[in-house]
Amino acid sequence: MALLEVKDLKVRVEEREILHGLSLTVNEGEVHAIMGPNGSGKSTLSHVIAGKPGYEVTDGQILFKGEDLLEMEPDERAAKGVFLAFQYPVEIPGVATMTFLRTALNAQRKARGESEYSTPDFLKKVREVSKSLNIPQDMLKRGVNVGFSGGEKKRNEVLQMALFEPSLCILDEMDSGLDIDALRIAADGVNALRSPGRAMVVITHYQRLLNYIVPDFVHVMSKGRVVKSGGKDLALELEASGYTQFEDAA
Amino acid sequence: MPAVQETVERVKRIDVDQYRYGFETLIDSEKAPKGLSEEIVKFISQKKNEPAWMLQWRLEAYRRWLTMTEPTWARVEYPKIDFQDIHYYAAPKPKKTVTSLDEIDPEILKTYEKLGIPLREVAMLEGIEPKVGEQDPAQRKIAVDAVFDSVSVATTFKAELKKAGVIFMPISEAIREHPELVQKYLGSVVPTSDNFYATLNSAVFSDGSFVYVPPGVRCPMELSTYFRINERNTGQFERTLIIADKGSYVSYLEGCTAPQRDENQLHAAVVELVALDDAEIKYSTVQNWYPGNSEGKGGIYNFVTKRGDCRGAHSKISWTQVETGSAITWKYPSCILRGDNSRGEFYSIAISNGFQQVDSGTKMIHLGKNTSSRIISKGIAAGKSQNTYRGLVTAHRKATGARNFTACDSLLIGDKCGAHTVPYIEAKNSSATFEHEATTSKISEDVLFYCIQRGLSQEEAVGLVVNGFVKDVLQQLPMEFAVEAQKLISISLEGSVG
Repeated sequence: MALLEVKDLKVRVEEREILHGLSLTVNEGEVHAIMGPNGSGKSTLSHVIAGKPGYEVTDGQILFKGEDLLEMEPDERAAKGVFLAFQYPVEIPGVATMTFLRTALNAQRKARGESEYSTPDFLKKVREVSKSLNIPQDMLKRGVNVGFSGGEKKRNEVLQMALFEPSLCILDEMDSGLDIDALRIAADGVNALRSPGRAMVVITHYQRLLNYIVPDFVHVMSKGRVVKSGGKDLALELEASGYTQFEDAA
Repeated sequence: MPAVQETVERVKRIDVDQYRYGFETLIDSEKAPKGLSEEIVKFISQKKNEPAWMLQWRLEAYRRWLTMTEPTWARVEYPKIDFQDIHYYAAPKPKKTVTSLDEIDPEILKTYEKLGIPLREVAMLEGIEPKVGEQDPAQRKIAVDAVFDSVSVATTFKAELKKAGVIFMPISEAIREHPELVQKYLGSVVPTSDNFYATLNSAVFSDGSFVYVPPGVRCPMELSTYFRINERNTGQFERTLIIADKGSYVSYLEGCTAPQRDENQLHAAVVELVALDDAEIKYSTVQNWYPGNSEGKGGIYNFVTKRGDCRGAHSKISWTQVETGSAITWKYPSCILRGDNSRGEFYSIAISNGFQQVDSGTKMIHLGKNTSSRIISKGIAAGKSQNTYRGLVTAHRKATGARNFTACDSLLIGDKCGAHTVPYIEAKNSSATFEHEATTSKISEDVLFYCIQRGLSQEEAVGLVVNGFVKDVLQQLPMEFAVEAQKLISISLEGSVG
């Protein structure tokens, strides 16, 4: 079943059109990689799906589980199961990670009309998940991402993904700023979350990440459009020949 | 619409009319005629059955006041106050002498109930107390002195405090019952000639709280005063005097509310603290006077003089304030570090929204050797408000080894507000170590979006970020107040964004 349908999407930022009619369909259980050079519109796509302010959709449609996503506030989208793992997760001084996780999870549950987690249940859940991601308990007591290393920040994103159990995960340049060991830990966390009911969109420059998170489909973006789609081998092909061959196609 | 733009739009629509405590209580009251003269001062003194020395003290202050002019150095603007257009005394009409809570006008009790203030110690004394070993810290006993307009209406837990030797009573009673203490200490920290508003207060104050903790006694419970302005066109001039004798400890809380009114109301209080050798006073305030409506109409003018004197060696005074209300706040709780090795602390959260103007900070005056002080100030400005931190840290020639650490952080929400920091630092000896740190930041759209992407509403996101910003100060508050203050902060910022 189609989870996410992007149809002929056109997006402007301050008078400049970034996406010129992009289409993409992601079904439940699939992992899609979106590759492309800097400025091809990859991050714009992820931001528009999540509802970041500052982007103007001039044409097209985004359906999520058949519903018009563009009509929803960003927090509603989160509650419906859209999760964006940020390229640069922000720091929130003075707000303990544990407090943040609990506040966010309960806000989502409340929006869905579910009961809030009790403290013991919540703690139990967090402990399980953080253990599997190799996240020490005292990291959860620190301010959100404050003083975290690059690897810790990304693991914190994966931790939230695991806790909130979204049906669509968008990973924006998850490999940026990570060494190989940190990348492997984060990727293992992501792989553990692959499931038949959940889809992922992995945005990256480099094929490297796709050695760890192996996609079902690869799309190449250039100048605001998807210019080529294929299986996982397309990524290897790109690694060998580069993006320039697509510049003209766009 | 980009988020910044959206924030601006929301701020334009800001509504500070959500003040929760804006109700008025209909009770009979007795008011002095408007205006100020020697006759009014005498009238107040007479109403209070004061001894001659007290009247003399007031009259001297009044004559002094006539020679003074209003200070204008603060970064606040307001129309000139007509001091002859104010009632200087208003009291709920006494039916008879009040000896127990049951004899207090039920309307007043209801008011305090609405405010969530536990005047009914009775309930706590009769079996609702937690059993030994399972004391819930949130239900600790708090002795309350409630001041309604100009008069103290009820003081709870008097008997229990008396057992410990602690005197906690309205200052009007203390003047009659403990004249030796009052005469010795009243005006010894804030002299009658101190400043325009303090001098005015000295002439016309009608009530307030008095605390004396004898040597070596740790006050067995938190002491608390709730101030409520009710009457129209009434100034409230309360006077608080707290003395911690050698080696004693007391924690004191102060809360303030007022009804919503179109006209501005004047509040000019004086608080004096005296800590003798090895004594410690912790003074916490949650100030939530009516801030005025969304057009900036009405609200309390809060011109307050608060000062603590660390008179003895190794004494300590700590001010913690959460300032969310008032149209204008002019307030600098200060410490005079007279005793050697004494310590002063100032922790402040000042939030301004709508058209509020805040000019607040502290003075740390180092006189004794090896004195130390710490200032943590968090200013949050939203709407069209102006928020100024003004602080003085000074070391006297003889204050060798004086140390101060100051951190002033300001957070701006929207782009129509202002945050200002005005530190004055003077070291008159070379061994003093003063550190000053200041930051100003805007609440970042990226941080808000991160929170919202995780399911928080815009308002929840702002609340979370702001509570993180003020955490260092909230931790200084007694637990009962910290929870209240946290809620208050969220309410004060409602409508400041999304």
